[in-house]
Amino acid sequence: MAEFRLPDNSRYKDVPGRRFKASPGATRVRTFRIYRWDPDAGEKPRIDSYQVDLDRCGPMVLDALIKIKNEVDASLTFRRSCREGICGSCAMNIDGVNMLACTTAIEDVKGEVRIFPLPHMPVIKDLVPDLSNFYAQYASVKPWLQTRTPAPPDRERLQSPTDQEMIDRPSACILCACCSTSCPSYWWNGDRYLGPAALLAAYRWIVDTRDEATGERLDELEDPFRLYRCHTIMNCTEACPKDLNPARAIADIKKMMAERQY
Amino acid sequence: MSSDSRPLSPHLQVYRPMYTMVLSISHRATGVLQSVGLLLLAYWLVAAAGGKESYAVAAKVFANPFVKLAIAGWIVAFWYHLFAGVRHLVWDAGFGFEKQTARRSGRLIVVLAVLASLFTLALAWRHLGGAA
Repeated sequence: MAEFRLPDNSRYKDVPGRRFKASPGATRVRTFRIYRWDPDAGEKPRIDSYQVDLDRCGPMVLDALIKIKNEVDASLTFRRSCREGICGSCAMNIDGVNMLACTTAIEDVKGEVRIFPLPHMPVIKDLVPDLSNFYAQYASVKPWLQTRTPAPPDRERLQSPTDQEMIDRPSACILCACCSTSCPSYWWNGDRYLGPAALLAAYRWIVDTRDEATGERLDELEDPFRLYRCHTIMNCTEACPKDLNPARAIADIKKMMAERQY
Repeated sequence: MSSDSRPLSPHLQVYRPMYTMVLSISHRATGVLQSVGLLLLAYWLVAAAGGKESYAVAAKVFANPFVKLAIAGWIVAFWYHLFAGVRHLVWDAGFGFEKQTARRSGRLIVVLAVLASLFTLALAWRHLGGAA
């Protein structure tokens, strides 16, 4: 049964947060309210607020986070790497929606910028969620080419351009987990439902014309939870920072399931 | 440190109520409402089958303004659930997943449900309003 309330140790309004004011000369001030939890403090999570002078800060939310960490509060913890939307590390809940901090402009957020870790995940520290289950689910769909026939001796296994087109978009997934952690169904059944990201990966191999394990892949998903906990809510597609469409991929898998019975 | 002391990150508490999830939970809620409303309908039929006296009691129950309000809610739930259900059928057939299309179909079913409900309620008001 779904638990809609946060467990007691996870309530973030019980401990008052700290406030950091912008320096006196600041002209264009924006407040960032950021979820904080320190595993060593033995306290509940809290919300700290930081005033940032936008005239002395880069344009993206990630720029502000880095500025805060460098100049105000070195203890602020978050993942980031490429700063150009291809590594997927800085996925977080910004202004109520999952997105990448590096591709989200501060300008596009109205009022205070509220930043939380990806929803309904165990928190390791501050904005860093534990993605072990998410990665395990990705691995469970065997995201690699499986073949039975021997490869041609003189060349690779070939694909037509239209074959390639089918996997072009799904292959662009960066596994940032924005989609899966935006899905209410994944929130309530994340231990058994694979979630949009893993299912999009499954789809990518199911429709790959070189792959020869299509039947086994579908068998693996034929399960009331792994696949069919998708209720076509569409939060995943709305959340994807790469503009992919996990909802459609899942619907296509369901269709293949139905079609192969006749 | 043990990982079971880790807090769960906020979810419903912080996620923006996207139109996607609002329409989805409404579909489920109206489905439940409809099932409950069917009990009223069943009671009405049973009362009618039971004869004059039992039907007179039922007529009294249905004259109660709260019951009338519940029936009005049931009508809204019926229409919304119907149109949202058709939207799901179209999805299951593999169509309508583009972001723009899904947004448009979402708006469409809400408008249709409101119009159909108003029409039904107006009809009911005209024919049964004062009397029943």
